[in-house]
Formats: sequence, structure tokens, C-alpha cells
Amino acid sequence: MEKTQNNKAWFLVLPVLVIVAFSAVIPLMTVVNYALNDTFGNNEFFWVGLEWFEEMVTSDRLHEALGRQILFSAIILAIEVPLGIYIALNMPKKGFWASVCLVLMALPLLIPFNVVGTIWQIFGRVDIGLLGHYLAELGIDYNYTNDPLDAWITVIVMDVWHWTSLVALLCYAGLQSIPQAYYQAARVDQASRWAVFRYIELPKMAGVLLIAVLLRFMDSFMIYTEPFVVTGGGPGSSTTFLSIDLVKMAVGQFDLGPAAAFSIMYFLVILLVSWVFYTVMTNLDKEEGR
Amino acid sequence: MAQITLKNLAHSYHATPRGEQDFALKQMDHVWQDGGAYALLGSSGCGKTTLLNIISGLLRPSQGRVLFGNTDVTDAETAERNIAQVFQFPVVYDTMTVRDNLAFPLRNRGMDAAYIKARVAQIAAMIGMDHILDRKARGLTADAKQKISLGRGMVREDVNAILFDEPLTVIDPHMKWELRTQLKQLHREFGHTMIYVTHDQTEALTFADKVVVMYDGRVVQMGTPEDLFETPAHTFVGYFIGSPGMNILPAEIRGGTAHLQGAAVPLGAAYGPITGRTQIGIRPEYCVLTEGDGLPITIRRVEDVGRHRIVRGEVAGSPVNVIAPEGMPVGAALTHVRFTPDRINVYADDWRVAPAGGAA
Repeated sequence: MEKTQNNKAWFLVLPVLVIVAFSAVIPLMTVVNYALNDTFGNNEFFWVGLEWFEEMVTSDRLHEALGRQILFSAIILAIEVPLGIYIALNMPKKGFWASVCLVLMALPLLIPFNVVGTIWQIFGRVDIGLLGHYLAELGIDYNYTNDPLDAWITVIVMDVWHWTSLVALLCYAGLQSIPQAYYQAARVDQASRWAVFRYIELPKMAGVLLIAVLLRFMDSFMIYTEPFVVTGGGPGSSTTFLSIDLVKMAVGQFDLGPAAAFSIMYFLVILLVSWVFYTVMTNLDKEEGR
Repeated sequence: MAQITLKNLAHSYHATPRGEQDFALKQMDHVWQDGGAYALLGSSGCGKTTLLNIISGLLRPSQGRVLFGNTDVTDAETAERNIAQVFQFPVVYDTMTVRDNLAFPLRNRGMDAAYIKARVAQIAAMIGMDHILDRKARGLTADAKQKISLGRGMVREDVNAILFDEPLTVIDPHMKWELRTQLKQLHREFGHTMIYVTHDQTEALTFADKVVVMYDGRVVQMGTPEDLFETPAHTFVGYFIGSPGMNILPAEIRGGTAHLQGAAVPLGAAYGPITGRTQIGIRPEYCVLTEGDGLPITIRRVEDVGRHRIVRGEVAGSPVNVIAPEGMPVGAALTHVRFTPDRINVYADDWRVAPAGGAA
């Protein structure tokens, strides 16, 4: 039987195309436009080719921000993932306290980013902040506004406070899906606590754990609001991560060309990492035969 | 290996049980002989798994003691009891190979490597997995995984007992037969005490020397398949064992005769005075359709199941099934049913009453 060809059907996807064009393609192309041209206002553009990209790729400022960004993501992943797993393993499995734990754990996740920043900004202040004041009382020289290390510690502790719950809750969900028989079999087989974790809990958590790592990596790699509110990228540029640097460049200095080139590369890096994660995850699923 | 004794055992999942209905297991005293092959049979929710988990130590009973031999193990951990247990759904360690899965219980007990190797090979051959020993357990089919679980249950030779909790539920019917035969063979070879939980009477009757029938948290009968068939101790056993189950008819017992709505049925023995609700039970196999001898029966339906036919009818207002041998014509002339007198059991409040003379 011959299939009827009716090209009018294409009109049916037109509304979607229009929406996507206005929501994604046109804004993105505007950025591309800025990245490839120089402009002095008045909507006058001068073609510069890949000059902005070259400038950005060789820029020391960007290299430093990227280095800080990678270090930051690595540190918070190294803390939040094991800590999240540890908390999930120790949360009550059912009953009243399980609910209490879940609510308490979910609380930090519900606070707007800006507010988290403000909380820690005040919390850490040496003059009026609960943390800053008592650290000073104890004789610890802590001041996140002029010591880079203190600033880093503050930003990292804040992120751990804010986001470890996410890892813990995801792992908890993974753990809850393990049938009781597995633990019973392990008891019959005289498996050690470590063996139970290594051979039962970890494999069953692997799927959600990957999602948790992906989410935490992406979010931390794009982090802006919280460190901006607490340290504003300082002292100096010691906590200036990629997003903060980008905003400084685009909005502060109004260097639209380099900032646009920067944005595109930033976007591509995140896309690449997400793709790698996606591939790893689908391979894992295949291996499980799902 | 040891004899397992349950003393005054009872279990409730409620923290503060109020009365008998809160108990998943009603108080019981039982002895399981060393080296016996037992099947624990009953419908879902009757407490089979609870009892099994108490024996294995996964569950601590609310009251009573569990003894292995002469040792009180009520408070002992599962690992200390040295038992093996196979669960209803396959439990395998996904990231390990089949070989490591089978070796796991032995390695955890610090066995010698050479011994582990030999023993794993032996078990693998038995469950027919010796060719895929080095494959990861993840991605195997459900019945392959369950075979690994069975293998892991049997890999230790020195266990006090091996407990099976409906282990063949997920396995193909033809494979079921094969595995059950292997379990039986294993039992004969090593003489482990085996307790096998199931709700499938065929499985129970073919596997076990002794079948323990449970009903509503109680062990209602412990006996050989023949005992269960000929003299069910409780109407539930009569109904649950057999296909179709025993016919149960309300009747009044006077001496050697049962009276059903005016009709008299001779019994094989005389009974003393009985109190409570009295019933008679007769297996369909011992009912014979006749042309006028016995009680009038209204035939509703005839089912041909191949080797015989099941005649479903009604006698004195109660449903009665009769098994008619293949080849015997079932026609309109057959209007009556005769119960073989010495095969009739008498029940008072659902429990079997022994005849006054003492003969069964």
C-alpha cells in the first residue's frame, strides 16, 4: 500500500517552532551575534570573527576563574556525596522519626538561593554573626571578608549545608527501594556491614547516585547567587567563579563581545559534561538489562 | 545439625497485643526432627513466613523459646544459628559473578580457598550453572537468579537447617520439578533438616516427609501426606489438601450414624456424644454415584479433567464434589451418591473427632 504524502502536516509543528524560536533560538543567536561582532552601541556591528574567542581562551583571568570553579565543584562533590550517603544510611527507615528527618532534610532545599546567601553572610559576620562572633570569642581568627581561605571555607560550608540534603534524599529513596529480603539474606550469609554496603546498598543506589552527582556537578559549576551574596567574589577575586566573572564582564564592564564568547564556551562545557553523564548512565542501565 | 524445638512460641507484630486476634502466630509447641524434610503449607497470610523467620532468627518471637538441639537460640543472631535460608524472590549480589555469589557465605565464614573452589564447583554443577560461573549475576533471568539463591542456600555443608520460603514461585513449571527433585536428592545425601514453605500442595506433598499445615496462625496438622489425605485433623486441611478438597456437610452424629436433614448415613465407627457444631467430611474420591443407593444428589456440572471427571452437585443443601472414574457413563439415571462409610471423618467445631472405639 502506498503511503499518502501530505506536506501540509508540517504546519502542525509550526506553533512549536515559533515558541522554541522565541524562547531559545533567537536569544542564543543574539549571543552568537555578539560573540562574533564588535559593537559600540547604536546597533552597529563590526565583524571580528573568532577574535573574542581567542581572547577568552588565552585569558589568564578566565583560566583562573575556571581553575577556581573546578576546584570548588571537586571539593563540594567530595564532601557532599559521601556525607549524603552516610546520612541516608543512618536515617530511620520508617515511622514518625523518618518523617521528621525527611522534613528537616528538605528544609534547606526550599530556601531561595538569595536567602541562603544572606543567612550565611550574616551568620559569618564577625561583628554581629552568631558563627563569626563566637569563633572570634574562641580566639579563632576568622574573617571571610578579607581572608581568601576563610571565604572559601564559608562558601563551601554554605553549599554543603544547602545541598547535601539533595544527595541524602536521593540516596535515601534508592535505599528504600531495596527489598528487606536482601538484608535478611545478608544476615544469613553472615555478611559484614561493609559487605552489605558494598554489595547490596551501593549497587542499588548507583542509579540515583549518578543523578545526584550530575545535578550537584551542574549546579555547582553554574553557582552564582550564594557566593555572590556572601563574598561578592572576593576578597580580591578569590571566590570569583565562572558565573560571577561572566556577570562582572557582561554587566559590570559591559564587554559584551568577550562575555558572549565566554558564555558560549561555558554552555558547551556544561553540555559536554552532561552528555558524558548521560552516556555513562544509559550504559549502566543497559548493563543491568533494563 | 540439630532438632528444632519451639516452646510456647507465639508472635505478634503489635507492640502490645490485645487478645488472640492480634497474634500472627498463636501459641504453639512443636518439635522438628533432625534431618527431616518438612513442608510448611498454608494459604497466604497464615503465618508461614513469620514462623520461618522466627526459626532463622530474622524475627524475635514475642513469647516462647526456640531451641536448636539443647541450646536456647531465641536471642541468638541469624549468623550464630548457622542456618541457610532461600527467599521467595531471588536475592543475588548483582555486581558479583555467579562464582562469587556462591562463594560468598563460605568466604564470610573464613573457609579455606581450595575447599571453597571445590564446593562452589559442586553446587554449580548441581544447579546447572557451571558454564556461566564467571558471568556477572546482573542481567541474568529471574529463574537463573533464583537458582543462584538456591545454590547459595545449599553451599554450606555444616548448617543446622535449610529454610526455603516459597523458593520456586518465580521458576518455570518444568524447572520447578527438576529443582525440587534435586532438593530432595540433596536432602537424602546430606541429611540436613529442611523446612520448605509453600502454598502449593503438590509442592508440599512431593517434597516433604512431613507436611505441616498452618491455618490462621496455628499449626492445624503435622503429618505425612497420607495422614493429611485420609484423616485431616481440621476441616481446613480437608478443604486445602486435595483437588477438589474434602466435602464438608453439616450433620448430626448419633452413634454410628450421621443424620443429614433426615437422611441417615452410616459411619465406619461409632462415636460418643459430641458437643459443638458437627460436620462430616468425605473426600470426592470416596463418593460413588449410584442409581438409588445413598443420598439424593442434584448434579450441577461435570468437569472432565482428563484422567477422571469431577461431578459438582448438591446434597441436602450443601455442595458436594464426586470424582467419577474415566469411562464410567454419567447420565440422568445416576441420582444418588453413596459415601464409603469408613472414609468418613467426623468434625466438631472444625476439629476432627476420633471414634469412640479408638480405631481411626
